[in-house]
Amino acid sequence: MLLIKQAPDIKSSEITDKKLFSERRRFLRTAAATGAGLASSALWLPASVQAGEKLSGVRKSTYKIDDKLTSYDYITSYNNFYEFGTDKSSPAKFAKKMKTRPWTVVVEGEVNKPGTYDIDDFIKPHALEERIYRLRCVEAWSMIVPWVGFPLADVIKRLEPNSRAKYVQFVTLYDPEQMPGQKRGLFGGGLDWPYREGLRIDEAMNPLTLFVVGLYGEVLPNQNGAPLRLVVPWKYGFKSIKSIVKMRFVEKQPATTWNMAGSSEYGFYSNVNPNVDHPRWSQKSERRIGEDSWFTPKRKTLMFNGYADQVAHLYTGMDLKKHF
Amino acid sequence: MSADPQTLAAAQGQQSTPFLTQAQWIRWVTKPIIFVASLVPFALLVWDGVANNLGANPVETIRLYTGDWTLRFLLITLAVTPLRRITGWNAMLRLRRMLGLFAFFYACLHFVSYIWLDQFFALDAIIEDVLDRPYITVGVASFLLLIPLAVTSTNGMVRRLGAKRWQRLHRLVYVIGIGGVIHFLWLVKSDISQPVIYGAVLALLLGYRVIWALRGSARGKAARR
Repeated sequence: MLLIKQAPDIKSSEITDKKLFSERRRFLRTAAATGAGLASSALWLPASVQAGEKLSGVRKSTYKIDDKLTSYDYITSYNNFYEFGTDKSSPAKFAKKMKTRPWTVVVEGEVNKPGTYDIDDFIKPHALEERIYRLRCVEAWSMIVPWVGFPLADVIKRLEPNSRAKYVQFVTLYDPEQMPGQKRGLFGGGLDWPYREGLRIDEAMNPLTLFVVGLYGEVLPNQNGAPLRLVVPWKYGFKSIKSIVKMRFVEKQPATTWNMAGSSEYGFYSNVNPNVDHPRWSQKSERRIGEDSWFTPKRKTLMFNGYADQVAHLYTGMDLKKHF
Repeated sequence: MSADPQTLAAAQGQQSTPFLTQAQWIRWVTKPIIFVASLVPFALLVWDGVANNLGANPVETIRLYTGDWTLRFLLITLAVTPLRRITGWNAMLRLRRMLGLFAFFYACLHFVSYIWLDQFFALDAIIEDVLDRPYITVGVASFLLLIPLAVTSTNGMVRRLGAKRWQRLHRLVYVIGIGGVIHFLWLVKSDISQPVIYGAVLALLLGYRVIWALRGSARGKAARR
């Protein structure tokens, strides 16, 4: 009988390699989501958007700090990005292989223009500008960073949230294949993935709040949150969520990752505030990264990280010791 | 004169005695090697410091590095007694004081890096830390407890205190080890795997002593019967 002589239906050589399979799945998912985006050149030229590549048409803005800039080297080698491991040096080591194209941003919730946007289509309507901001980490260190991006307010206006949208939630990519820190270790990383952050809508609309795609005039390196991250300069660094795949407009205050991990230590607001210490360490001063000498004392931390004039009005009447 | 057999045997016997006795071997070979090896972490730190190779936050790097090595040397010191009992190599005991003093050495570097580089002698901030931050309270307390042990580590002090009292005092190292691990555990943000590993090793080393003591008292009771 013919059947007996037949070789196995599927030769082992025809079985798709698992890695290739999941990459194709990812590609198809993205392609299906973008629909017409298939024709867009960005999808076919992933190599054209790489960390370190010069961004064109970036205008300088008046938002700047006169302090010495932290070096590119330090900004890109000393990172908290637990998706790639809890060591400061891990993101620079492991984030390289993360694919930032194709990439989509899902917009959903209380908004008139929900959808799945291709990253390049998402960025295209906005003019890029450079802003030099202070960055204050909750661990009491700080940097001066020249970001390239556009105001989140412009994006929100374009997406037209409805009147029920009181908060915006942001979600980071969840992909343990690309983000080794998301794999469950023996003790876990202690965080509940995917990483989530959120802002009150008026915080999100504040002119200081930035969507960032670049650093030092170049495409943002992966370890700093490529291809799209938030920067909220008057809040502790962990509020400035990286590698965003989703924006959700919601009516109720959304859950945020560090708050879920330790609600007594990390509040929803997490405004930089020298008068409210972290339960385990002081927030009165900070170590500036890249000081000239080891023997330079720490600097005094400023209220709202020095942006009180622009944001203090958002919190009038609020007890900031309670709403830390 | 003809060589008599007894002298010959004695000469041969002399030839077969080792070049170094076990005590000399420990004193002139093993100990110096371990002494130099124990300084390697410090040398690497100095090397990287001079080469400006301590990363974006050198003060933090120094603080964490010296803290790690303090804990490691505490655990290595605490491992001497169990290893000695298991292997029967009693000469190891001669290394214990030196290893303990290295734990103290790295603890001093760790403490000084906090007082000097981190806080820059800001007394108000240091006092606030010690009073308000449990992990610093425990860390400073453990460091202070190490001082009397380092001071009484000489042979003269052992004699003066008497072996019993000296031993009782030096059991403080168990408390210091536990304090060191708690200090580490309470300062990490979310990933507790490192302090848990140190804690597990410490539990093993202390657990061995508990079992040893229980068996010893059982042996004692059996003998008395």
